[in-house]
Amino acid sequence: MKEEIELIKEGKRLDGRGFDELRRIKIEVGVLKRADGSCYLELGDNKVMAAVYGPREMHPRHAQDAKMAVIKFRYNMAPFSTDDRKRPGPDRRSVEISKVCREAFDPVIIRELYPKMGIEVYVELLQSDAGTRTAGINAASIALADAGIPMKDLVSSIAVGKINGEVVLDLNAAEDNNGEADMPIAMIARTNTITALQMDGRMTQEEFGRGLKLAMGACHQIYELQRAALITRYNQNYESKREEK
Amino acid sequence: MGLEIVNDVRTDYVCDLVRNGKREDGRGFREYRDISVERDVIKRAEGSARVKIGDTEVLVGVKVELGTPFPDTPDKGVIITNAELVPLASPEFESGPPNENSIQLARVVDRGIRGSETIDLDKLCIEEGEKVWMVFIDIHVLDNNGNLMDAAALGAIASLLNLRIPNERYGLTGENTLPMRDIPVAVTTVEIEGNILVDPSFDEGNAAASSVTVISNADGTLSGMQKSGSGGLKEAQIAEMVEIGIEKAGEIRGKYL
Repeated sequence: MKEEIELIKEGKRLDGRGFDELRRIKIEVGVLKRADGSCYLELGDNKVMAAVYGPREMHPRHAQDAKMAVIKFRYNMAPFSTDDRKRPGPDRRSVEISKVCREAFDPVIIRELYPKMGIEVYVELLQSDAGTRTAGINAASIALADAGIPMKDLVSSIAVGKINGEVVLDLNAAEDNNGEADMPIAMIARTNTITALQMDGRMTQEEFGRGLKLAMGACHQIYELQRAALITRYNQNYESKREEK
Repeated sequence: MGLEIVNDVRTDYVCDLVRNGKREDGRGFREYRDISVERDVIKRAEGSARVKIGDTEVLVGVKVELGTPFPDTPDKGVIITNAELVPLASPEFESGPPNENSIQLARVVDRGIRGSETIDLDKLCIEEGEKVWMVFIDIHVLDNNGNLMDAAALGAIASLLNLRIPNERYGLTGENTLPMRDIPVAVTTVEIEGNILVDPSFDEGNAAASSVTVISNADGTLSGMQKSGSGGLKEAQIAEMVEIGIEKAGEIRGKYL
C-alpha cells in the first residue's frame, strides 16, 4: 500500500488551489510559421506545442482510406520534459496516448470531405507536470481550428483524480504521483459528448460519477478559453489587414 | 480492400439488427457469452489460464523471474504486461512489432491489476535495491472473435490467482504462493445505434462507435477504465456502462474465479 502523503491542508491543495479549481491556462494561437495550424499552450507547468499539417497526401499509401481522411496523431515527450531524461522516440505509453487522443478527435473532424488524405497532428510536450495528454488535446484542438480543418466543434480535455480521499480537478505531478486515481477525459463541450475517457487507480462508482461531472464542468471553462484564444487571434489578423489597406 | 467491403456489409447488418433489438448470435443486449476458464494449462509457466468467451480464445502465461528493481522503487517487485496479437488468431493481425491495439490491450489489463493493488508489490521484494521478483504477464490471443480485452484481463487474473513463486529454482526459501488482495474483472460494453451491448462479438466490435472497458473489484470499486473507438458518449450512457460493468464483473468473479 502507498504511504499517505499529505496533499491537502486546511481544505486547500499544496499549490493553494481548491478541489474544483483548474491550473492557470495560457494559450497562443498560430505561433509556428511552417505549420498549417499551431498552438502553444500552458496548463500549470505543462508546456505544449501542437502543429497541424494537411489535409495532404497520406503516407504510407496503404494507410489511406478511400472514403475519408485519416488522422495521424503523434504525442511525443521531449527528452528534457521530465525529471529523468525521457528516451527519445515513441514508447508504449505514447503510442497508447496517441491512439486515445486521435480517437478523441474522430467524432468532430469532418473526415468525409477528404478521402485518401491525411490530417497530421503533432503534439510535443516541452515541459511536463501531469495532465500532459489533456493539455495536448486542448492545444491540438486549437491548432486544428487554426489550420482551417472542418470540424463540428472544438474538443476540450481535463483530468480529475483522487488525492487523500478527495475527488479533485486537474492533478499536478505531485498529486498524480502520490494520488489514488487519475481520470483524463475529453469532451465536445457544446453537446456534452465524451470522446475520450480513461481511468487508472481506484475509486468508487459514486466518486467516478462525481469526478465525471466535475471534469465535464471544467471542459466548459476550457472551451470558453479556447474560443477566446481563437477569436483574439483572428481579430488580430483582421485588424492588421485593415491597417495595411 | 475486399475485406473492408465485407466489414461494411457486416456492420450494416449488425446495426440493423440492433435497431430491431436483436444481436447476430441471438443474445440479449445485456447477455454475456458463455465463459470457460481453464487454469494451469502450461507446465513451464508459473501461472497460466486459457480463457474462452464464446469463440474468442486467449491464452495467458505468467513467468516469474529474479531481477533488479527499478531505481525509483527499490523495495517493490515488478509487473510487466505484454500482449501479442499473433497472425494465427485473426486474418487482420499481422506479424511485426506491437501496434497500438496490442499495446492498448496490454496496458489496460495492466492498469486493472495495478489499480486494484491485487498484487502486493512489497511482498515481491527479496533484497531492497538488489533482488526482486519480476512478474511477466504475457497475453497470447489465439482466436479473435471479439472482446479480447475482457478475455485477456480474465486470463491474467485467473493466472495470477494460481501463481507459484519459483523459490527452489533460485535456491531460495519462502512462501511459494502469492496472496491476492483483490480480484479485478474487466467488462466491456459497446454503443451501437444508441444502445449499450455487453461483451461485443467481432462484428459488433467493428460496428460499435465506442467501446468502454470497466475494471472493477470485489467491493464494487473501479480500478481502471478505457474508452476506445471513434464515437462520442453521453454521461448517462457512460453511467449505464459502468453499472453493467460492475454487475457483470460480480457474476463472472463469483462463477469463474
